[in-house]
Amino acid sequence: MKPIVSIKNLVKAYGSFTVLHRIDLTIAEGEVVCVIGPSGSGKSTLIRCINHLEGFAAESEIVVDGVAVLPGANLARVRAEVGMVFQSFNLFPHMTVLKNVMLAPMRVRGMKAEAAAARARDLLARVGILEQAEKFPGQLSGGQQQRVAIARALAMEPRVLLFDEPTSALDPEMVGEVLDVMKKLAGTGVTMVVVTHEMGFARQVADRVIFMDGGRIVESGTPAALFDSPQEARTRAFLRAVLNH
Amino acid sequence: MNILNTFFNVPVLLDSLPVLMMGLLVTLEIGVVSILVGLAGGLVLAVARLYAPGLVRTLIVAYVNVFRSIPLLVLLIVVYYALPFVGIRLSPFASAVTALGLVSAAYTAEIFRAGIEAVPNGQFEASAALGLSNRHTMVDVILPQAIRIVIPPLTNNSINVMKDTALASVVAMPDLLKQATQAQALAANPTPLIGAALIYVLLLCPMVLLVARLEKHLNRGKR
Ligand SMILES: Nc1ncnc2c1ncn2[C@@H]1O[C@H](COP(=O)(O)OP(=O)(O)OP(=O)(O)O)[C@@H](O)[C@H]1O
Ligand SMILES: [Mg+2]
Repeated sequence: MKPIVSIKNLVKAYGSFTVLHRIDLTIAEGEVVCVIGPSGSGKSTLIRCINHLEGFAAESEIVVDGVAVLPGANLARVRAEVGMVFQSFNLFPHMTVLKNVMLAPMRVRGMKAEAAAARARDLLARVGILEQAEKFPGQLSGGQQQRVAIARALAMEPRVLLFDEPTSALDPEMVGEVLDVMKKLAGTGVTMVVVTHEMGFARQVADRVIFMDGGRIVESGTPAALFDSPQEARTRAFLRAVLNH
Repeated sequence: MNILNTFFNVPVLLDSLPVLMMGLLVTLEIGVVSILVGLAGGLVLAVARLYAPGLVRTLIVAYVNVFRSIPLLVLLIVVYYALPFVGIRLSPFASAVTALGLVSAAYTAEIFRAGIEAVPNGQFEASAALGLSNRHTMVDVILPQAIRIVIPPLTNNSINVMKDTALASVVAMPDLLKQATQAQALAANPTPLIGAALIYVLLLCPMVLLVARLEKHLNRGKR
């Protein structure tokens, strides 16, 4: 399969503290990758490097759809192809839900307002909140806000979608509605990289699960392989801890 | 009776009212132009401080610190009386607007910077992740949120600029204060000065009350 994200020798340090140690990872087009691991293991940092929300060492290389991820003119191109959904939604609170979804296609892709509005309504319908289009984010529940955030990312028609613990800030009764939207997405051919603590979701939806610890990829494999017969002691310890908490 | 005749002499007041009104107009012109110059300058400085290369940022910090430290009267006199020695000769109006605008821009830059910093970092990150340019991030996302926060301090600053326009009378600007002192000399009676003082209060007191209400309103929104 054609690789869409290729990460080579990724090193990231804060001062003398190295957060990511020489990570190599290739993600195929359309693949759904879940990243799991203990707190502080570098999961967020890893996916935030892919769209350069975090800079990284000069000897490292990340290529997205043939374009090197580096500060400069090409970065806008990369970011237009890579959507991101944050733990804390980060919707624009001063705009209606509809405007939130319309903004980037208009400003980055130069779309006309009517076309952007039509696309936004389509997407809001897809995530099941079309009736909230004229409300402001603050008037919505957490689960609804996160679904708007997913629609906002999708409006750019990204090739790759990054999720950083999209359900961790939600009340338990709203986790399901967001995971359902993500499951539907996983079948559409968009490449997804999902940092999550939802082991059920990872097992059901992921093509590949990556277990990180201490800034390294300790083990990766199909959900069945990783969850049912983990090879590494650290993976076993982590899974034991999260599955019987 | 004597006091009334001295300080609130109605005929003298009526006589001086036309020149006081002309002075008020000049005061308003200096004030409004200086406020606008300060707003534009301050916004540019605050945004440049965020995105410009390190050296420019250092220069902006230096600018802000210097112009917040220098007494406005000193700056005004330097602009009007010292700059001609290096061939820069500004009219009284231009001198007043230059001095007031330079200082107001420094204060305004700090106000905008605080407003921009009060917008959560997630807003910058969400904008970046969508591929928005720095300009669109500022115009569409950050500044509309910062503006709510900065309106009370900006109004306060505008009040200060309006008050400080009175200093322009030392560079022979026929503003409200200058007209009042001249009318006082002419009438040999201080009533025009009292009149000018009242006009300043009538002009600015509504703005002072507005700031108080805005601050109360925004604080209520916070809770
Ligand atoms: N700005 C920063 N400065 C210094 N250290 C940082 C910074 N951001 C993150 N770190 C450190 O980098 C390491 C990896 O952080 P990261 O957020 O990627 O972990 P994570 O796996 O996403 O954890 P969590 O599950 O808690 O979100 C942590 O030890 C964290 O303390
Ligand atoms: Mg994290």
